[in-house]
Amino acid sequence: MKSTGKVIGIVSNLVTVRTDGPVAENELCYIDLDGTRLLAEVIKVSGDKASVQVFESTRGLRGGDSVEFEGRMLEATLGPGLLSSVYDGLQNNLATMKDVFLKRGEYTDPLDHEKLWDFTPIAAASDKVKAGDWLGEVKEGWLPHKIMVPFSFKGEYTVKKVVPAGQYNIDTVIATLVNEDGEDVPVTMTQKWPVKVAIKAYTEKPRPNKIMETGVRVIDTFNPIAEGGTGFIPGPFGCGKTVLQHAIAKQGEADVIVMAACGERANEVVEIFTEFPELVDPHTGRKLMERTTIICNTSNMPVAAREASVYTAMTICEYYRAMGLRCLLLADSTSRWAQALREMSNRMEELPGADAFPVDLSAIISNFYARAGMVVLNNGKTGAITFIGTVSPAGGNLKEPVTESTKKAARCFYALEQNRADQKRYPAVNPIDSYSKYLEYPEIIEYLDEKIEKGWVEKVSKAKNIVRRGKEAMDQINILGDDGVPMSYHESFWKSEMIDFVILQQDAFDAVDSITPLSRQKFMLDFVLDICAHEFKFDNYEQCRDYFKTLINLLRQMNYSEFESADFRKYQTEITKHLSDNVQ
Amino acid sequence: MSNKAYQRVYTQLDGITKATVSLKAEGVSNDELATVHGRLAQVVKTKGDSVTLQVFAGTEGIPTNAEVSFMSQPPTLKVSEQLSGRFFNAYGNPIDGGPEIEGEERQIGGPSVNPYKRRQPSQLIPTGIAGIDLNNTLVSGQKIPFFADPDQPYNQVMADVALRADVDKIILGGMGLSNDDYLFFRHAFEGAGALEKIVSFVNTTEEPPVERLLIPDMALTAAEYFAVDKNEKVLVLLTDMTLYADALSIVSNRMDQIPSKDSMPGSLYSDLAKIYEKAVQLPSGGSITIIAVTTLNDGDITHAIPDNTGYITEGQLFLRLDTDTGKVIVDPFRSLSRLKQLVQGKVTREDHSQVMNASVRLYADAQNAKTKLENGFDLSDYDLRCLEYAKDYAVKLLAIDVNITIDQMLDTAWELFAKYFSKAETGIKQALIDKYWKD
Repeated sequence: MKSTGKVIGIVSNLVTVRTDGPVAENELCYIDLDGTRLLAEVIKVSGDKASVQVFESTRGLRGGDSVEFEGRMLEATLGPGLLSSVYDGLQNNLATMKDVFLKRGEYTDPLDHEKLWDFTPIAAASDKVKAGDWLGEVKEGWLPHKIMVPFSFKGEYTVKKVVPAGQYNIDTVIATLVNEDGEDVPVTMTQKWPVKVAIKAYTEKPRPNKIMETGVRVIDTFNPIAEGGTGFIPGPFGCGKTVLQHAIAKQGEADVIVMAACGERANEVVEIFTEFPELVDPHTGRKLMERTTIICNTSNMPVAAREASVYTAMTICEYYRAMGLRCLLLADSTSRWAQALREMSNRMEELPGADAFPVDLSAIISNFYARAGMVVLNNGKTGAITFIGTVSPAGGNLKEPVTESTKKAARCFYALEQNRADQKRYPAVNPIDSYSKYLEYPEIIEYLDEKIEKGWVEKVSKAKNIVRRGKEAMDQINILGDDGVPMSYHESFWKSEMIDFVILQQDAFDAVDSITPLSRQKFMLDFVLDICAHEFKFDNYEQCRDYFKTLINLLRQMNYSEFESADFRKYQTEITKHLSDNVQ
Repeated sequence: MSNKAYQRVYTQLDGITKATVSLKAEGVSNDELATVHGRLAQVVKTKGDSVTLQVFAGTEGIPTNAEVSFMSQPPTLKVSEQLSGRFFNAYGNPIDGGPEIEGEERQIGGPSVNPYKRRQPSQLIPTGIAGIDLNNTLVSGQKIPFFADPDQPYNQVMADVALRADVDKIILGGMGLSNDDYLFFRHAFEGAGALEKIVSFVNTTEEPPVERLLIPDMALTAAEYFAVDKNEKVLVLLTDMTLYADALSIVSNRMDQIPSKDSMPGSLYSDLAKIYEKAVQLPSGGSITIIAVTTLNDGDITHAIPDNTGYITEGQLFLRLDTDTGKVIVDPFRSLSRLKQLVQGKVTREDHSQVMNASVRLYADAQNAKTKLENGFDLSDYDLRCLEYAKDYAVKLLAIDVNITIDQMLDTAWELFAKYFSKAETGIKQALIDKYWKD
């Protein structure tokens, strides 16, 4: 029997309920407000009092209103049709809601129950299977969407029957399994899973061993992220966090992209679902929207659902990972998620940690990041979730709890810098402070040796050194003046400017420059490093400046031209000539 | 907001702070309005049979035996065409001596627009001010604040922008306006003969600060009426949001909430977002655009109020005094309109974004030259030309007293380029140089 209760306290969206039976932490309940059912989640229990966070506005709620507990946690509905959908943080389908305004208590079904899918069986009668094993497959767009043994199934099952190939809706029983007690268990194409629990239907979680190409040079060349890796992008407002994330979403080498717009601007989400249906995935030639799911809980939507949104997004990724697919999860912004935690902790009058955030913030963040990763499935195939979160540090100061906690959890750090943004040097990723821990992984170094060329990582650190030396030279020039330093300072400053303008900076709005495949990145890095190795001779610093300005302009024209096109070659020849004009 | 026939009356207060009172009462609903000693109050907390009310006008002089009567509904505003041309206080009552409004009673602070039903903003809002139109073009459905120190003429600029903007309705939400500024807006609107398209909700510094908390929701409820019901293009002006946030911190402080950065409540981001995100381009053609003012303390944008605002709004317009020319300008470096690319070169002339970028880049070079000069280094010929250009650029384009069309702004920029620079120095695409260069 379900427990029930009565409302006895209300502060904003935190409601206290006196219960008449057992309740579980994170259990869902519905609060009845004159016939409108408001969904809420238990976040604390003390005696017979449960504190619940309501996923809706609590306006009009009264003491004494009745509450019904659901006996389940917040769950995601998983099945074919998740891709190209736009959901809120609780996985309500926003597209099927009728009103222009969100209506309180209106919950819509995440999946289409009528649509027929072309099903092909994979498992056969008498196969032994367990949670996460593949029973069959449907085509979701171009992706092979596996129908799996539900993750909640414990122990081993024997397949009794799988339906023959044909068209079925998601509620059709496509397989009957027999459990260890000899009972028949039906399986449909859809299943539910509690979002705050990680799906562990895999045999092991090895270290990532390859990189995920993003087409963004400052990432791929300088600080690559691994497939199944984690990274974060902190930066003050106006530094291009969202543009960079959208670029990664458009170009990332992944089968499935889940974008969690968590407490950010609604117009940014509008941009995604206006543009993505038109844009083409550079890897498959299909429309971007076909591989994308949007979880959108914008800043004006209820705060508690904002917290849920990142978990919903992660669960959907874990579902696709169990099919052996490569998923990319982008969450913008994890700071808004942390703030949602802070608001609730505050209302519960918990003792606060730094900046009034809950004391377990760091643990919550690292647990969440730990759900990403590459896994080996029961059948030996691999799947991966690469996770990149943005962080919006208060006042742009990176010494704040969310940034610090995230830094402990994520392996790649892409620091967006106000100064670079002010100079319109986009993406404004600071080349010196940012890092990718994956460059230290022997398996990644080996992978890059093979994929790009032997010694690639050393080459990259050589380029980083040039940038670092250039910055030091610039500091000296600023202190001592243009004439107060030796010519070599100017030369090393301009070499670093060249790497900055040609490799690090990239025009996200230019059709050609916005996406640079690895092969082209290699070519350009080699080309620029060759120039850096050139022995120059300058009479004065103005000559040096003008010389490099011309060089940089030509190199940028190369970036704007199709790789190895006639224009590209033309600029390359001009540069070679320009170089031969300056010999010692 | 009229009282309802059914009222529950209590006369025993258990607790009083400067902004709240608490008492034992039953059947009280969250967010419900009440009167306490004749003053309007709202339920903010229920715990067992104890209810905490936030008294908008402050609790000075409220006795423990004050009469409290509950009104069974949250704050509302009566909406109809009759709102046009009228001035109201924070409770939506007329303050211009005119009659009460007849119309449909709507709860303020209503639900959000389903993000999926939004449309991408695409209509230009020209203001005549080149610092805005040329460098930080505004688009309908956008939300953007002026960041300005208290001594900047932000209210004047905002009034200019509002009166020049091609919109159907202007809704003013004034929070903590000085009486002088209130009268300034009134005269400006009357003087422009535009009164019939303006609705004002005003809380002046003479009135209690907590009342301000109602202003944005009142203004936006009126805005939603015109934008959603009447498909109109509505511009909402909110000044000064810093004073609004200050009122939030007063209330949360009185309720013993743990403050986060800069003694602001931990929910500041969500509180501000709920207001700003009302800006919307609706599928039916109506729109709500929000231009706000956030006053700064000595240009400090890292303070919690401007910082949270910047993360919510679609850019910011930064006003500052240019000491070289004595003009107040829209700072081209620190200002940003995130939606400008939706109209630049699409609704406006093709050379718009290139001209904008080139003129700002050259202005940046002038700043570098200035630094060199201050550090005692020699200036090159290029540096000197940049400095001269910067002065001209500030007066002819960045200053807030400019009022010309966007084509004129672009032509002015081309004239400045030709006057001070070679074609190559502007770095503009050759095709545009060929077409627009002024010899």
